[in-house]
Amino acid sequence: MKKILIYIFLSLAAITFLYPFYWMIVASLSPESEIGGLLFLPSEFTFASYTQMFSKIPIGRALFNSILVATLTTTGVIAFSSMVGYALALMEFKGRNVIFYIIIFTMTLPFQITLIPNYITMVKLDLVDTYAALVLPFLLNSFAILLFRQAFLGMPRALIDAARVDGCSDLRILFQVLFPNIIPTIVIVGILTFMNSWNEVLWALIVIRDESLMTMPQMVTLFSVGGRAESQLGVKLASAVLLALPIMIAYSFFQKYFIQSMASSGLKE
Amino acid sequence: MKKKKWLPYLFVAPYLLHLIVFVAFPVFFSLFLTFHKWNIISPVEYVGVANYTRMFQDRMFWKAIFNTFKFLLIHIPLQLIFALALAEFLNQNIKFKGFYRAAFFLPVIVSGVVVTILWQQLLGFDSGLINRLLVIIGLEKVGWLIDPNIAMGSIAVMATWKNVGLYVILFLVGLQTVPPSYYEAAEIEGASHWQKFRYITLPLINPTIFMVVILSTIGGFSLFIEPYIMTGGGPLSSTLSSVLYIYKQAFEYYHMGYSATLGFFFAFLILMVVMIQKKYIETND
Repeated sequence: MKKILIYIFLSLAAITFLYPFYWMIVASLSPESEIGGLLFLPSEFTFASYTQMFSKIPIGRALFNSILVATLTTTGVIAFSSMVGYALALMEFKGRNVIFYIIIFTMTLPFQITLIPNYITMVKLDLVDTYAALVLPFLLNSFAILLFRQAFLGMPRALIDAARVDGCSDLRILFQVLFPNIIPTIVIVGILTFMNSWNEVLWALIVIRDESLMTMPQMVTLFSVGGRAESQLGVKLASAVLLALPIMIAYSFFQKYFIQSMASSGLKE
Repeated sequence: MKKKKWLPYLFVAPYLLHLIVFVAFPVFFSLFLTFHKWNIISPVEYVGVANYTRMFQDRMFWKAIFNTFKFLLIHIPLQLIFALALAEFLNQNIKFKGFYRAAFFLPVIVSGVVVTILWQQLLGFDSGLINRLLVIIGLEKVGWLIDPNIAMGSIAVMATWKNVGLYVILFLVGLQTVPPSYYEAAEIEGASHWQKFRYITLPLINPTIFMVVILSTIGGFSLFIEPYIMTGGGPLSSTLSSVLYIYKQAFEYYHMGYSATLGFFFAFLILMVVMIQKKYIETND
Protein backbone atom coordinates (compact mmCIF):
# COMPACT_ATOMS: atom_id res chain seq x y z
CA MET A 1 0.00 0.00 0.00
CA LYS A 2 2.72 2.45 0.98
CA LYS A 3 4.65 1.45 -2.14
CA ILE A 4 1.68 2.34 -4.33
CA LEU A 5 1.49 5.81 -2.81
CA ILE A 6 5.18 6.29 -3.51
CA TYR A 7 4.70 5.26 -7.13
CA ILE A 8 1.75 7.62 -7.52
CA PHE A 9 3.72 10.51 -6.03
CA LEU A 10 6.80 9.84 -8.16
CA SER A 11 4.74 9.41 -11.32
CA LEU A 12 2.86 12.65 -10.72
CA ALA A 13 6.21 14.36 -10.27
CA ALA A 14 7.56 12.79 -13.46
CA ILE A 15 4.52 14.01 -15.40
CA THR A 16 5.03 17.51 -13.98
CA PHE A 17 8.55 17.53 -15.38
CA LEU A 18 7.91 15.79 -18.71
CA TYR A 19 4.50 17.00 -19.82
CA PRO A 20 5.47 20.68 -20.33
CA PHE A 21 8.23 19.58 -22.72
CA TYR A 22 5.80 17.30 -24.54
CA TRP A 23 3.35 20.19 -24.77
CA MET A 24 6.04 22.54 -26.09
CA ILE A 25 7.11 20.16 -28.85
CA VAL A 26 3.55 19.31 -29.92
CA ALA A 27 2.51 22.98 -29.76
CA SER A 28 5.40 23.94 -32.04
CA LEU A 29 4.04 21.42 -34.57
CA SER A 30 0.42 22.55 -34.27
CA PRO A 31 -1.51 25.12 -36.29
CA GLU A 32 -1.22 28.54 -34.58
CA SER A 33 -4.97 28.74 -33.94
CA GLU A 34 -4.99 25.50 -31.91
CA ILE A 35 -2.11 26.21 -29.50
CA GLY A 36 -4.32 28.19 -27.14
CA GLY A 37 -6.50 25.15 -26.51
CA LEU A 38 -3.95 22.38 -26.91
CA LEU A 39 -3.75 19.66 -24.30
CA PHE A 40 -2.53 16.47 -26.00
CA LEU A 41 -2.80 16.41 -29.80
CA PRO A 42 -3.76 18.95 -32.46
CA SER A 43 -6.17 18.10 -35.30
CA GLU A 44 -3.17 18.02 -37.66
CA PHE A 45 0.60 18.41 -37.52
CA THR A 46 2.30 21.19 -39.47
CA PHE A 47 5.79 22.60 -39.87
CA ALA A 48 4.37 26.08 -40.53
CA SER A 49 5.86 27.54 -37.31
CA TYR A 50 9.29 26.24 -38.27
CA THR A 51 9.24 27.50 -41.85
CA GLN A 52 8.07 30.91 -40.58
CA MET A 53 10.83 30.99 -38.00
CA PHE A 54 13.50 30.14 -40.57
CA SER A 55 12.26 32.96 -42.79
CA LYS A 56 12.29 35.47 -39.91
CA ILE A 57 15.63 34.89 -38.19
CA PRO A 58 18.98 33.43 -39.28
CA ILE A 59 18.60 30.56 -36.84
CA GLY A 60 20.77 28.23 -38.93
CA ARG A 61 23.65 30.66 -38.59
CA ALA A 62 23.01 30.89 -34.84
CA LEU A 63 23.11 27.11 -34.59
CA PHE A 64 26.48 27.10 -36.35
CA ASN A 65 27.77 29.85 -34.03
CA SER A 66 26.64 27.98 -30.94
CA ILE A 67 28.30 24.76 -32.04
CA LEU A 68 31.51 26.60 -32.95
CA VAL A 69 31.68 28.57 -29.69
CA ALA A 70 30.81 25.60 -27.47
CA THR A 71 33.32 23.34 -29.25
CA LEU A 72 36.15 25.88 -29.09
CA THR A 73 35.44 26.60 -25.43
CA THR A 74 35.26 22.93 -24.50
CA THR A 75 38.48 22.05 -26.33
CA GLY A 76 40.24 24.99 -24.74
CA VAL A 77 39.04 24.21 -21.24
CA ILE A 78 40.10 20.57 -21.50
CA ALA A 79 43.54 21.45 -22.90
CA PHE A 80 44.40 24.39 -20.62
CA SER A 81 42.77 23.17 -17.41
CA SER A 82 44.39 19.75 -17.70
CA MET A 83 47.79 21.43 -18.11
CA VAL A 84 47.28 23.47 -14.97
CA GLY A 85 45.90 20.45 -13.14
CA TYR A 86 48.92 18.42 -14.23
CA ALA A 87 51.35 21.07 -13.01
CA LEU A 88 49.56 21.34 -9.66
CA ALA A 89 49.41 17.59 -9.16
CA LEU A 90 52.68 16.28 -10.54
CA MET A 91 55.22 19.09 -10.85
CA GLU A 92 57.31 20.74 -8.15
CA PHE A 93 57.65 24.49 -8.38
CA LYS A 94 57.66 27.60 -6.27
CA GLY A 95 54.25 29.14 -5.85
CA ARG A 96 52.35 25.93 -6.48
CA ASN A 97 50.38 26.13 -3.26
CA VAL A 98 49.70 29.83 -3.74
CA ILE A 99 48.17 29.12 -7.14
CA PHE A 100 46.12 26.28 -5.68
CA TYR A 101 44.65 28.56 -2.99
CA ILE A 102 44.00 31.32 -5.50
CA ILE A 103 41.98 28.85 -7.56
CA ILE A 104 39.92 27.81 -4.53
CA PHE A 105 39.43 31.43 -3.50
CA THR A 106 38.37 32.72 -6.92
CA MET A 107 35.73 29.99 -7.18
CA THR A 108 33.75 31.76 -4.47
CA LEU A 109 33.87 35.12 -6.23
CA PRO A 110 30.38 36.12 -7.44
CA PHE A 111 30.30 36.96 -11.15
CA GLN A 112 28.33 40.15 -10.51
CA ILE A 113 31.56 41.89 -9.56
CA THR A 114 33.45 41.09 -12.77
CA LEU A 115 30.57 41.48 -15.23
CA ILE A 116 30.84 45.20 -15.98
CA PRO A 117 34.68 45.43 -15.93
CA ASN A 118 34.91 42.41 -18.25
CA TYR A 119 32.57 44.08 -20.69
CA ILE A 120 34.77 47.19 -20.62
CA THR A 121 37.84 45.00 -21.24
CA MET A 122 36.10 43.59 -24.30
CA VAL A 123 35.33 47.10 -25.55
CA LYS A 124 38.91 48.29 -24.99
CA LEU A 125 40.42 45.19 -26.67
CA ASP A 126 38.07 45.76 -29.58
CA LEU A 127 36.57 42.33 -29.11
CA VAL A 128 32.90 43.28 -29.01
CA ASP A 129 31.14 41.41 -31.83
CA THR A 130 33.79 38.72 -32.24
CA TYR A 131 33.83 35.01 -31.51
CA ALA A 132 36.81 35.69 -29.23
CA ALA A 133 34.53 37.63 -26.87
CA LEU A 134 32.34 34.56 -26.49
CA VAL A 135 35.22 32.11 -26.01
CA LEU A 136 38.19 33.82 -24.28
CA PRO A 137 36.60 34.59 -20.88
CA PHE A 138 35.53 30.95 -20.51
CA LEU A 139 38.74 29.26 -21.64
CA LEU A 140 39.89 28.44 -18.13
CA ASN A 141 37.78 27.13 -15.37
CA SER A 142 38.77 26.69 -11.72
CA PHE A 143 36.48 23.75 -11.18
CA ALA A 144 37.85 21.91 -14.22
CA ILE A 145 41.41 22.50 -12.98
CA LEU A 146 40.55 20.99 -9.60
CA LEU A 147 38.90 17.96 -11.22
CA PHE A 148 41.96 17.34 -13.40
CA ARG A 149 44.31 17.84 -10.46
CA GLN A 150 42.33 15.29 -8.48
CA ALA A 151 42.41 12.80 -11.35
CA PHE A 152 46.17 13.16 -11.84
CA LEU A 153 46.83 12.77 -8.12
CA GLY A 154 45.10 9.41 -8.35
CA MET A 155 47.35 8.14 -11.14
CA PRO A 156 49.92 5.47 -10.21
CA ARG A 157 53.34 7.02 -9.82
CA ALA A 158 54.91 4.06 -11.67
CA LEU A 159 53.05 4.93 -14.87
CA ILE A 160 54.49 8.43 -14.92
CA ASP A 161 58.00 7.34 -13.93
CA ALA A 162 58.04 4.66 -16.64
CA ALA A 163 57.06 7.24 -19.25
CA ARG A 164 59.82 9.58 -17.96
CA VAL A 165 62.40 6.83 -18.27
CA ASP A 166 61.28 6.29 -21.85
CA GLY A 167 62.14 9.93 -22.43
CA CYS A 168 58.63 11.32 -22.74
CA SER A 169 58.26 15.07 -22.30
CA ASP A 170 55.67 16.32 -19.81
CA LEU A 171 53.33 17.32 -22.59
CA ARG A 172 53.46 13.81 -24.02
CA ILE A 173 52.97 12.26 -20.59
CA LEU A 174 49.94 14.49 -20.07
CA PHE A 175 48.20 14.07 -23.40
CA GLN A 176 49.33 10.62 -24.52
CA VAL A 177 50.04 8.61 -21.38
CA LEU A 178 47.64 10.06 -18.81
CA PHE A 179 44.70 11.25 -20.93
CA PRO A 180 43.56 7.73 -21.91
CA ASN A 181 43.45 6.90 -18.19
CA ILE A 182 41.25 9.80 -17.09
CA ILE A 183 38.48 9.58 -19.69
CA PRO A 184 35.69 9.92 -17.07
CA THR A 185 37.15 13.23 -15.86
CA ILE A 186 37.50 14.47 -19.43
CA VAL A 187 33.90 13.51 -20.15
CA ILE A 188 32.65 15.29 -17.02
CA VAL A 189 34.60 18.47 -17.79
CA GLY A 190 33.54 18.24 -21.43
CA ILE A 191 29.84 17.90 -20.72
CA LEU A 192 29.80 20.65 -18.10
CA THR A 193 31.72 23.08 -20.26
CA PHE A 194 29.79 22.36 -23.42
CA MET A 195 26.45 22.66 -21.66
CA ASN A 196 27.36 25.88 -19.86
CA SER A 197 28.66 27.39 -23.06
CA TRP A 198 25.61 26.25 -25.01
CA ASN A 199 23.23 27.75 -22.45
CA GLU A 200 25.15 30.97 -21.70
CA VAL A 201 23.01 33.95 -22.58
CA LEU A 202 23.76 36.96 -20.32
CA TRP A 203 27.34 37.39 -21.53
CA ALA A 204 26.29 36.90 -25.16
CA LEU A 205 23.60 39.58 -24.81
CA ILE A 206 26.29 41.94 -23.51
CA VAL A 207 29.11 41.43 -26.02
CA ILE A 208 27.30 40.53 -29.25
CA ARG A 209 25.14 42.98 -31.19
CA ASP A 210 25.80 41.70 -34.70
CA GLU A 211 23.10 39.23 -35.66
CA SER A 212 25.43 37.05 -37.71
CA LEU A 213 27.51 36.31 -34.60
CA MET A 214 24.68 35.57 -32.19
CA THR A 215 24.44 32.19 -30.52
CA MET A 216 21.20 30.23 -30.24
CA PRO A 217 20.09 31.29 -26.74
CA GLN A 218 20.69 34.96 -27.52
CA MET A 219 18.90 34.74 -30.87
CA VAL A 220 15.94 32.92 -29.35
CA THR A 221 15.78 35.37 -26.43
CA LEU A 222 15.82 38.46 -28.63
CA PHE A 223 13.33 36.84 -30.99
CA SER A 224 11.04 36.16 -28.08
CA VAL A 225 11.22 39.57 -26.37
CA GLY A 226 11.58 41.62 -29.53
CA GLY A 227 8.68 42.20 -31.83
CA ARG A 228 9.72 39.84 -34.59
CA ALA A 229 7.75 36.83 -33.39
CA GLU A 230 4.71 39.14 -33.76
CA SER A 231 3.24 37.48 -30.68
CA GLN A 232 2.82 34.23 -32.55
CA LEU A 233 3.21 31.50 -29.98
CA GLY A 234 4.07 28.80 -32.49
CA VAL A 235 7.23 30.44 -33.83
CA LYS A 236 8.44 31.32 -30.33
CA LEU A 237 7.97 27.76 -29.19
CA ALA A 238 9.58 26.41 -32.37
CA SER A 239 12.70 28.46 -31.68
CA ALA A 240 12.74 27.23 -28.07
CA VAL A 241 12.45 23.61 -29.25
CA LEU A 242 15.36 24.10 -31.62
CA LEU A 243 17.45 25.53 -28.79
CA ALA A 244 16.59 22.63 -26.45
CA LEU A 245 16.84 19.79 -28.95
CA PRO A 246 20.63 19.35 -29.32
CA ILE A 247 21.17 19.17 -25.55
CA MET A 248 18.14 16.90 -25.11
CA ILE A 249 19.42 14.50 -27.77
CA ALA A 250 22.87 14.46 -26.19
CA TYR A 251 21.18 13.90 -22.81
CA SER A 252 19.23 10.90 -24.09
CA PHE A 253 22.51 9.23 -25.10
CA PHE A 254 24.76 10.27 -22.22
CA GLN A 255 22.20 10.63 -19.46
CA LYS A 256 24.35 9.01 -16.79
CA TYR A 257 27.30 11.26 -17.57
CA PHE A 258 25.15 14.38 -17.54
CA ILE A 259 23.76 13.56 -14.10
CA GLN A 260 27.19 12.62 -12.79
CA SER A 261 28.76 15.81 -14.17
CA MET A 262 26.14 18.11 -12.72
CA ALA A 263 26.19 16.30 -9.38
CA SER A 264 29.96 16.70 -9.15
CA SER A 265 29.68 20.40 -9.95
CA GLY A 266 27.15 20.75 -7.15
CA LEU A 267 29.38 18.93 -4.72
CA LYS A 268 32.24 21.37 -5.14
CA GLU A 269 31.11 23.65 -2.32
CA MET B 1 67.74 19.61 -16.24
CA LYS B 2 67.79 23.36 -16.48
CA LYS B 3 64.89 23.73 -18.88
CA LYS B 4 62.67 21.80 -16.45
CA LYS B 5 62.68 24.80 -14.11
CA TRP B 6 60.46 26.99 -16.21
CA LEU B 7 58.30 24.22 -17.61
CA PRO B 8 55.73 24.19 -14.76
CA TYR B 9 55.30 27.94 -15.18
CA LEU B 10 54.62 27.41 -18.85
CA PHE B 11 51.88 24.96 -17.89
CA VAL B 12 50.20 27.38 -15.52
CA ALA B 13 50.85 30.46 -17.67
CA PRO B 14 47.48 30.34 -19.48
CA TYR B 15 45.72 30.21 -16.13
CA LEU B 16 47.71 33.12 -14.72
CA LEU B 17 47.08 35.21 -17.81
CA HIS B 18 43.37 34.43 -17.63
CA LEU B 19 43.36 35.16 -13.90
CA ILE B 20 44.94 38.56 -14.39
CA VAL B 21 42.78 39.65 -17.33
CA PHE B 22 39.37 38.24 -16.34
CA VAL B 23 39.47 38.00 -12.54
CA ALA B 24 42.11 40.09 -10.76
CA PHE B 25 42.01 43.15 -12.98
CA PRO B 26 38.18 43.30 -13.07
CA VAL B 27 37.95 43.16 -9.27
CA PHE B 28 40.26 46.15 -8.84
CA PHE B 29 38.85 47.96 -11.82
CA SER B 30 35.38 47.42 -10.41
CA LEU B 31 36.44 49.05 -7.15
CA PHE B 32 37.93 51.93 -9.14
CA LEU B 33 34.71 52.34 -11.13
CA THR B 34 32.58 52.62 -8.00
CA PHE B 35 34.22 56.03 -7.36
CA HIS B 36 33.78 57.24 -10.93
CA LYS B 37 31.19 58.22 -13.45
CA TRP B 38 31.67 56.84 -16.92
CA ASN B 39 29.69 56.01 -20.04
CA ILE B 40 32.72 54.46 -21.83
CA ILE B 41 32.73 57.16 -24.53
CA SER B 42 33.42 60.37 -22.59
CA PRO B 43 36.38 60.65 -20.15
CA VAL B 44 36.20 59.03 -16.72
CA GLU B 45 35.08 61.45 -14.04
CA TYR B 46 35.91 61.10 -10.34
CA VAL B 47 32.78 61.46 -8.22
CA GLY B 48 33.89 60.32 -4.76
CA VAL B 49 31.26 58.30 -2.96
CA ALA B 50 28.40 59.69 -5.07
CA ASN B 51 27.65 56.26 -6.55
CA TYR B 52 27.28 54.78 -3.08
CA THR B 53 25.04 57.53 -1.73
CA ARG B 54 22.98 57.30 -4.89
CA MET B 55 22.68 53.55 -4.47
CA PHE B 56 21.37 53.76 -0.93
CA GLN B 57 18.80 56.35 -1.98
CA ASP B 58 17.81 54.43 -5.11
CA ARG B 59 14.36 52.95 -4.63
CA MET B 60 14.85 50.54 -7.54
CA PHE B 61 17.99 49.18 -5.88
CA TRP B 62 16.09 48.41 -2.67
CA LYS B 63 13.27 46.99 -4.74
CA ALA B 64 15.70 44.61 -6.45
CA ILE B 65 17.07 43.46 -3.09
CA PHE B 66 13.56 43.04 -1.71
CA ASN B 67 12.56 41.03 -4.79
CA THR B 68 15.62 38.81 -4.49
CA PHE B 69 14.87 37.98 -0.87
CA LYS B 70 11.24 37.39 -1.72
CA PHE B 71 12.38 34.97 -4.41
CA LEU B 72 14.72 33.18 -1.99
CA LEU B 73 12.08 32.97 0.74
CA ILE B 74 9.78 31.05 -1.61
CA HIS B 75 12.39 29.22 -3.65
CA ILE B 76 14.62 27.75 -0.93
CA PRO B 77 11.92 26.05 1.19
CA LEU B 78 10.16 24.70 -1.93
CA GLN B 79 13.46 23.42 -3.26
CA LEU B 80 14.42 21.72 0.01
CA ILE B 81 11.02 20.10 0.60
CA PHE B 82 10.52 18.76 -2.91
CA ALA B 83 14.12 17.69 -3.47
CA LEU B 84 14.26 15.90 -0.15
CA ALA B 85 10.87 14.23 -0.59
CA LEU B 86 11.65 13.03 -4.11
CA ALA B 87 15.09 11.82 -3.06
CA GLU B 88 13.71 10.01 -0.02
CA PHE B 89 11.14 8.20 -2.20
CA LEU B 90 13.69 7.39 -4.89
CA ASN B 91 15.94 5.96 -2.20
CA GLN B 92 13.33 3.28 -1.37
CA ASN B 93 13.42 -0.10 -2.97
CA ILE B 94 11.39 0.71 -6.07
CA LYS B 95 11.38 0.02 -9.81
CA PHE B 96 12.00 2.48 -12.68
CA LYS B 97 14.41 4.49 -10.55
CA GLY B 98 16.47 5.43 -13.61
CA PHE B 99 13.41 6.69 -15.45
CA TYR B 100 12.22 8.88 -12.60
CA ARG B 101 15.68 10.30 -12.05
CA ALA B 102 16.09 11.08 -15.74
CA ALA B 103 12.67 12.78 -15.83
CA PHE B 104 13.36 14.97 -12.80
CA PHE B 105 16.73 15.94 -14.22
CA LEU B 106 15.57 16.95 -17.70
CA PRO B 107 14.83 20.64 -16.92
CA VAL B 108 18.26 20.99 -15.31
CA ILE B 109 20.15 20.47 -18.56
CA VAL B 110 17.85 22.56 -20.74
CA SER B 111 18.64 26.27 -21.24
CA GLY B 112 16.90 28.72 -18.92
CA VAL B 113 15.75 30.48 -22.09
CA VAL B 114 13.74 27.43 -23.13
CA VAL B 115 12.27 26.91 -19.68
CA THR B 116 11.28 30.57 -19.47
CA ILE B 117 9.61 30.69 -22.89
CA LEU B 118 7.78 27.48 -22.07
CA TRP B 119 6.56 28.69 -18.67
CA GLN B 120 5.56 32.03 -20.10
CA GLN B 121 2.98 30.07 -22.08
CA LEU B 122 1.99 27.83 -19.16
CA LEU B 123 1.46 30.87 -16.92
CA GLY B 124 -0.31 33.01 -19.52
CA PHE B 125 -3.50 34.64 -18.27
CA ASP B 126 -5.99 33.84 -21.03
CA SER B 127 -4.74 30.75 -22.81
CA GLY B 128 -2.07 29.55 -20.37
CA LEU B 129 -2.28 25.87 -19.58
CA ILE B 130 -2.42 26.33 -15.81
CA ASN B 131 -5.27 28.84 -15.92
CA ARG B 132 -7.15 26.62 -18.38
CA LEU B 133 -6.86 23.73 -15.93
CA LEU B 134 -8.04 26.00 -13.09
CA VAL B 135 -11.09 26.98 -15.13
CA ILE B 136 -11.83 23.32 -15.90
CA ILE B 137 -11.93 22.44 -12.21
CA GLY B 138 -14.09 25.49 -11.58
CA LEU B 139 -11.63 27.99 -10.13
CA GLU B 140 -10.81 31.58 -11.04
CA LYS B 141 -7.97 32.51 -13.38
CA VAL B 142 -4.84 33.77 -11.62
CA GLY B 143 -2.67 36.59 -12.96
CA TRP B 144 0.53 34.57 -12.53
CA LEU B 145 2.73 37.05 -14.35
CA ILE B 146 0.59 40.18 -14.38
CA ASP B 147 -0.24 40.48 -10.68
CA PRO B 148 2.64 42.32 -8.94
CA ASN B 149 1.99 40.38 -5.73
CA ILE B 150 2.27 37.00 -7.42
CA ALA B 151 4.71 37.41 -10.31
CA MET B 152 7.93 36.88 -8.32
CA GLY B 153 6.38 33.84 -6.66
CA SER B 154 5.58 32.39 -10.08
CA ILE B 155 9.19 32.85 -11.14
CA ALA B 156 10.37 31.22 -7.90
CA VAL B 157 8.15 28.20 -8.59
CA MET B 158 9.45 27.98 -12.14
CA ALA B 159 13.06 28.15 -10.91
CA THR B 160 12.29 25.35 -8.46
CA TRP B 161 10.87 23.24 -11.28
CA LYS B 162 14.00 23.87 -13.31
CA ASN B 163 16.57 23.10 -10.60
CA VAL B 164 15.01 20.61 -8.25
CA GLY B 165 16.27 17.59 -10.23
CA LEU B 166 19.86 18.54 -9.50
CA TYR B 167 19.16 18.73 -5.77
CA VAL B 168 17.32 15.41 -5.85
CA ILE B 169 20.55 13.87 -7.13
CA LEU B 170 22.64 15.65 -4.50
CA PHE B 171 20.28 14.49 -1.72
CA LEU B 172 20.36 10.95 -3.11
CA VAL B 173 24.14 10.99 -2.82
CA GLY B 174 23.75 12.32 0.72
CA LEU B 175 21.14 9.73 1.69
CA GLN B 176 23.32 6.91 0.50
CA THR B 177 26.09 7.93 2.87
CA VAL B 178 23.85 7.20 5.86
CA PRO B 179 24.94 3.78 7.19
CA PRO B 180 22.02 1.27 7.08
CA SER B 181 23.05 0.01 10.50
CA TYR B 182 21.79 3.27 12.05
CA TYR B 183 18.30 2.59 10.73
CA GLU B 184 18.45 -1.04 11.83
CA ALA B 185 19.40 0.00 15.35
CA ALA B 186 16.56 2.53 15.40
CA GLU B 187 14.09 -0.09 14.21
CA ILE B 188 15.06 -2.37 17.08
CA GLU B 189 14.35 0.55 19.41
CA GLY B 190 10.94 0.84 17.79
CA ALA B 191 11.46 4.21 16.07
CA SER B 192 8.77 5.37 13.64
CA HIS B 193 9.48 6.27 10.03
CA TRP B 194 9.28 9.96 10.83
CA GLN B 195 11.53 9.62 13.88
CA LYS B 196 14.16 7.84 11.81
CA PHE B 197 13.99 10.59 9.22
CA ARG B 198 14.06 13.38 11.80
CA TYR B 199 16.79 12.08 14.11
CA ILE B 200 19.02 10.05 11.77
CA THR B 201 18.60 11.21 8.20
CA LEU B 202 18.25 14.97 8.68
CA PRO B 203 21.34 15.49 10.89
CA LEU B 204 23.47 13.30 8.65
CA ILE B 205 22.56 15.07 5.43
CA ASN B 206 23.00 18.50 6.98
CA PRO B 207 26.00 19.24 4.70
CA THR B 208 23.82 18.59 1.64
CA ILE B 209 21.08 20.85 2.98
CA PHE B 210 23.67 23.54 3.49
CA MET B 211 24.92 23.10 -0.05
CA VAL B 212 21.41 23.31 -1.52
CA VAL B 213 20.71 26.50 0.44
CA ILE B 214 23.97 28.08 -0.72
CA LEU B 215 23.54 27.08 -4.37
CA SER B 216 19.93 28.31 -4.37
CA THR B 217 21.00 31.60 -2.81
CA ILE B 218 23.67 32.15 -5.42
CA GLY B 219 21.11 31.17 -8.06
CA GLY B 220 18.61 33.69 -6.68
CA PHE B 221 21.12 36.50 -6.84
CA SER B 222 22.01 35.46 -10.40
CA LEU B 223 18.41 35.52 -11.60
CA PHE B 224 18.38 37.33 -14.92
CA ILE B 225 17.07 35.66 -18.04
CA GLU B 226 13.77 34.59 -16.43
CA PRO B 227 12.49 38.11 -15.66
CA TYR B 228 14.26 39.50 -18.74
CA ILE B 229 12.17 37.32 -21.04
CA MET B 230 8.98 36.88 -19.04
CA THR B 231 8.23 40.24 -17.52
CA GLY B 232 11.06 42.66 -18.32
CA GLY B 233 11.19 43.21 -14.54
CA GLY B 234 7.53 44.17 -14.28
CA PRO B 235 4.71 44.42 -13.37
CA LEU B 236 5.52 47.51 -11.29
CA SER B 237 9.15 46.32 -11.00
CA SER B 238 7.96 43.40 -8.87
CA THR B 239 10.29 40.97 -10.67
CA LEU B 240 13.26 43.30 -11.12
CA SER B 241 16.18 41.10 -10.03
CA SER B 242 19.64 42.25 -8.94
CA VAL B 243 21.40 41.19 -12.13
CA LEU B 244 18.60 42.55 -14.31
CA TYR B 245 19.02 45.91 -12.59
CA ILE B 246 22.80 45.87 -13.13
CA TYR B 247 22.15 45.01 -16.77
CA LYS B 248 19.64 47.83 -17.20
CA GLN B 249 21.89 50.44 -15.58
CA ALA B 250 24.84 49.34 -17.71
CA PHE B 251 23.32 48.63 -21.08
CA GLU B 252 20.20 50.74 -21.24
CA TYR B 253 21.59 53.87 -19.57
CA TYR B 254 25.35 53.28 -19.91
CA HIS B 255 25.97 54.14 -16.27
CA MET B 256 29.14 52.04 -15.99
CA GLY B 257 30.30 53.48 -12.68
CA TYR B 258 26.93 53.07 -11.05
CA SER B 259 26.31 49.55 -12.41
CA ALA B 260 29.78 48.51 -11.23
CA THR B 261 28.85 49.84 -7.79
CA LEU B 262 25.69 47.72 -7.86
CA GLY B 263 27.69 44.67 -8.95
CA PHE B 264 30.25 45.25 -6.24
CA PHE B 265 27.59 45.59 -3.58
CA PHE B 266 25.56 42.57 -4.69
CA ALA B 267 28.69 40.42 -4.72
CA PHE B 268 29.45 41.60 -1.20
CA LEU B 269 25.86 40.88 -0.16
CA ILE B 270 26.00 37.33 -1.57
CA LEU B 271 29.16 36.58 0.40
CA MET B 272 27.57 38.03 3.56
CA VAL B 273 24.35 36.04 3.16
CA VAL B 274 26.27 32.84 2.48
CA MET B 275 28.42 33.40 5.57
CA ILE B 276 25.35 33.96 7.75
CA GLN B 277 23.68 30.86 6.34
CA LYS B 278 26.82 28.87 6.96
CA LYS B 279 26.96 29.95 10.56
CA TYR B 280 23.28 29.36 11.16
CA ILE B 281 23.00 25.96 9.49
CA GLU B 282 26.19 24.57 10.91
CA THR B 283 25.41 25.48 14.52
CA ASN B 284 21.83 24.38 14.07
CA ASP B 285 22.74 20.74 14.03
